[in-house]
Amino acid sequence: MRKNKVLGIYTFIVFAFLMIPLLIIVVTAFGEADIVQFPIKGFTLKWFSKAINSQSFVSSCLFSFKLAIGATLVALLVGVPAAYALARFTVWGKGLIKGFFLSPTIVPGTVLGFALFQVMIVKMHIPTAVGLFCGHFLIVLPYVIRIVGSSLEEFDFSMEEAAWTLGMGKIKTFFTIVLPNITSGISAAFLLAFINSFNNVPVSMFMTGPGVNTMPTTLMGYLESGFDPTVPAFSVLLMIATIGIMFVVEKTLGIAALSQ
Amino acid sequence: MKNWIKYTLLLPGIVILVLFLVMPLLSMFMPTIFPENSFSLESYVLFFQDPLNVKIFVRTLRVSLITTVICAFLGVPAAYYISRCKANLRSFFMTVSIFPLLTNSVIRSFAWITILGRNGIINQILQGIGLISEPIQMMYTEFAIIIGSVYLFLPLMMTTLVGVMENISNDMMEAAESLGASRLKAFFKVILPLSLPGIIVGSTLVFTGTLSAYTTPQLLGGNKNTVMATFIYEKAMNLGDWTGASVVAIIMIITTVIAMKGLNYVAGRLDKRGEA
Repeated sequence: MRKNKVLGIYTFIVFAFLMIPLLIIVVTAFGEADIVQFPIKGFTLKWFSKAINSQSFVSSCLFSFKLAIGATLVALLVGVPAAYALARFTVWGKGLIKGFFLSPTIVPGTVLGFALFQVMIVKMHIPTAVGLFCGHFLIVLPYVIRIVGSSLEEFDFSMEEAAWTLGMGKIKTFFTIVLPNITSGISAAFLLAFINSFNNVPVSMFMTGPGVNTMPTTLMGYLESGFDPTVPAFSVLLMIATIGIMFVVEKTLGIAALSQ
Repeated sequence: MKNWIKYTLLLPGIVILVLFLVMPLLSMFMPTIFPENSFSLESYVLFFQDPLNVKIFVRTLRVSLITTVICAFLGVPAAYYISRCKANLRSFFMTVSIFPLLTNSVIRSFAWITILGRNGIINQILQGIGLISEPIQMMYTEFAIIIGSVYLFLPLMMTTLVGVMENISNDMMEAAESLGASRLKAFFKVILPLSLPGIIVGSTLVFTGTLSAYTTPQLLGGNKNTVMATFIYEKAMNLGDWTGASVVAIIMIITTVIAMKGLNYVAGRLDKRGEA
């Protein structure tokens, strides 16, 4: 195919627009001055050691990690059987039920956060962490239903029937025949669910409290109350983690798994 | 298969969604239409009678619309180029587009604080070449929200579009060109109509995403450029106006649903036209 030069330059500019701001963050993390500035003066790694030693960054990161893992695992536990039932059986109102499972996506994050905060925390006095967990569960469930659902739709259920006919129990069949065939879907769902919970701001904004601070809300707090290059340093560390995840995904599932 | 098994598999999810999604939304919604135990839409009428609220609502729609249009203008040609690249170059471009999607929105908005700020990069450059003598105010403006939102959602538009455009065969373009169409004309007459469903899906994602985004308008828009998402937070957490916040929330849900259904309808119409 003949290459169109103008189009190539246009694409290059678009990607420069996407990449330059992130590169600027990387550069500003190494400046010696106490404020975030570009171009930087001097070169130092002190902000990285400050970021790693910052109690609030580290503990909020750990909290977000646990929250995201927990919400994702529960969403898989609830979502995989549901996706299986929807793909496998003739269920009354299938489209409606599937739509219901995907419905958290049409509720804006701030609305979801506010509704849960108002009802669970204020009216029912449920601990903030529990409300937050529910919110994150709702954010990630649609990923599980959608991705595991589409990988189940590609699964040939005659394999399952063959196992049944040969006398294997239904539960054992599910775990030894069905589940191994949808692991890539489950892994992709797990990763996307985890990343989206870990990065969520709007739902978490409403449910913070002592010991209940997610990484993004902590970062947001820093940005709103004056900040130093610890923030870009911390951002760089998170970006490195993201690149690590992408590298592993590329080697195993293929990078397209992350754009579903 | 016995009937009860399949419903047992679905039940936990349905129960949880009813308890933690439907019930909270309903208990938020009810006080807005039954203020004193009788049905009334007064809260909504009052909302739209206040020019300040209308301004915020219109600003939200305007920001979302402009963001969507810019994303389409930047995304369509780039996605087309990527979809025509060789496999390894294409996967490079896809990787580079996916990376921002996985990066926290706080970090991605933060980048623009450094660029648009008073002593930010743009002001430095403009002052350096002597175009301006005083820094121009770019942070805490609608412009900042729009540029931040475009930055946030452009990768989503591109990955969606590349997925659709990959499936358009090269033969289409070659056929159009061999029949005498210029390349630009062939793009507008052949490629663009074929990718329209993808453009609409991408636009829906960008529009509804911008409509409900909280981080970017909060960090780049400041207090003077409230949008619906930040308005809920302000009403609920700073003013303690629960019903007011609920009204804003319901209006946001309705707007989102209308935007989705509307664009879906357009996509459906276009699909039919393609078949005819």
